[in-house]
Amino acid sequence: MTDYLLILVSTILVNNFVLVQFLGLCPFMGVSNKLETAIGMSAATTFVLTLASVCSYLVYTYLLVPLDLEYLRTISFIMVIAVVVGFTEMAMRKTSPLLYRVLGIFLPLITTNCAVLGVALLNIKRDNSFVESILYGFGAAVGFSLVMVLFAAMRERIAVADVPKPFQGSAIAMITAGLMSLAFLGFTGLVSI
Amino acid sequence: MSSILIAILLLATLAVIFGAILGFAAVRFKVEGNPIVDQIDNLLPQTQCGQCSYPGCKPYAEAIAAGESINKCPPGGESTIIALADLLGVEPEPLDAEHGAEKDAVMVAIIREDECIGCTKCIQACPIDAIMGAAKQMHTVIADECTGCDLCVEPCPVDCIDMIPIETTLQTWHWDKPEDLIATSEQSHEKNLEQGVH
Repeated sequence: MTDYLLILVSTILVNNFVLVQFLGLCPFMGVSNKLETAIGMSAATTFVLTLASVCSYLVYTYLLVPLDLEYLRTISFIMVIAVVVGFTEMAMRKTSPLLYRVLGIFLPLITTNCAVLGVALLNIKRDNSFVESILYGFGAAVGFSLVMVLFAAMRERIAVADVPKPFQGSAIAMITAGLMSLAFLGFTGLVSI
Repeated sequence: MSSILIAILLLATLAVIFGAILGFAAVRFKVEGNPIVDQIDNLLPQTQCGQCSYPGCKPYAEAIAAGESINKCPPGGESTIIALADLLGVEPEPLDAEHGAEKDAVMVAIIREDECIGCTKCIQACPIDAIMGAAKQMHTVIADECTGCDLCVEPCPVDCIDMIPIETTLQTWHWDKPEDLIATSEQSHEKNLEQGVH
């Protein structure tokens, strides 16, 4: 039980995928202009990340390992992720057309979000069990959502703030992201696994 | 050699399975029409006046969903544009003057009946069938149905149709809508934020 809790704390705060491991930066900068969009993107990514890490674990353990084909893991994981994203996209188009329109191109771009592939590969590298893989994927997604929502909220504030001209737009966003990353470094040493 | 064959077979099988899943999803989650069109259509004023150059509100809603600009609806005016911009997540633009100006008051068409020659031209022009009458008979406008779209004024050969603003009476007066609940108040809210007032 403690192990599972540690995995969650580790992936959400200590080894946060966006701010500490610098994975998935494209949606982090791209979809964080509006809080609503950021929440939608976080929800979609959470779903895809968790499901993709489960599916890729199953494919690896029950197909690749018995057949001695471990070297095919990257290509088969990419395939798994693409299918999960495609499925999510179709389901979302049916259930929430507004979110589908708001997320637009960023939804298919989850396919190439390196955090998703990163989680699947790190699961293998860390020899995670089935439950641990689910938690690892879910924790990574929650960590992603957390910084995404925090960052979007900050950017909404910055948008109405009096920013000096050379820093306006992406520049101040980059600086903010850097400061957030520094802040998250403060969690280092909180748990060690 | 055989390990390569197994690898190819495995990837092919995976691809077939995944393809089947996606194929099933495509059928299961098939979208009937475009739901966003209905949401846009709900925001349009339903005058069916055609001033946007589309033959009605629904076709204009479809055009907006396909990327048409949102500022071509004079009857809806600024409030409709802002509501549409909010729904679609785009910047509100000022009303396109080419398609007509927004009227301050709600208008209704009134036919000066003793001048009417019964030509039926206004009946054909009315997009919502709010004009009653027959050939060589006097016509009249059903005021409750009239959307004030102006389309009947132009065809009248004797110019006997007036656009009259509807005056607010004790029966039609109502309280102003609460400001915080409508989209148009968002700008003033943002202005307050800038000044640090919450």
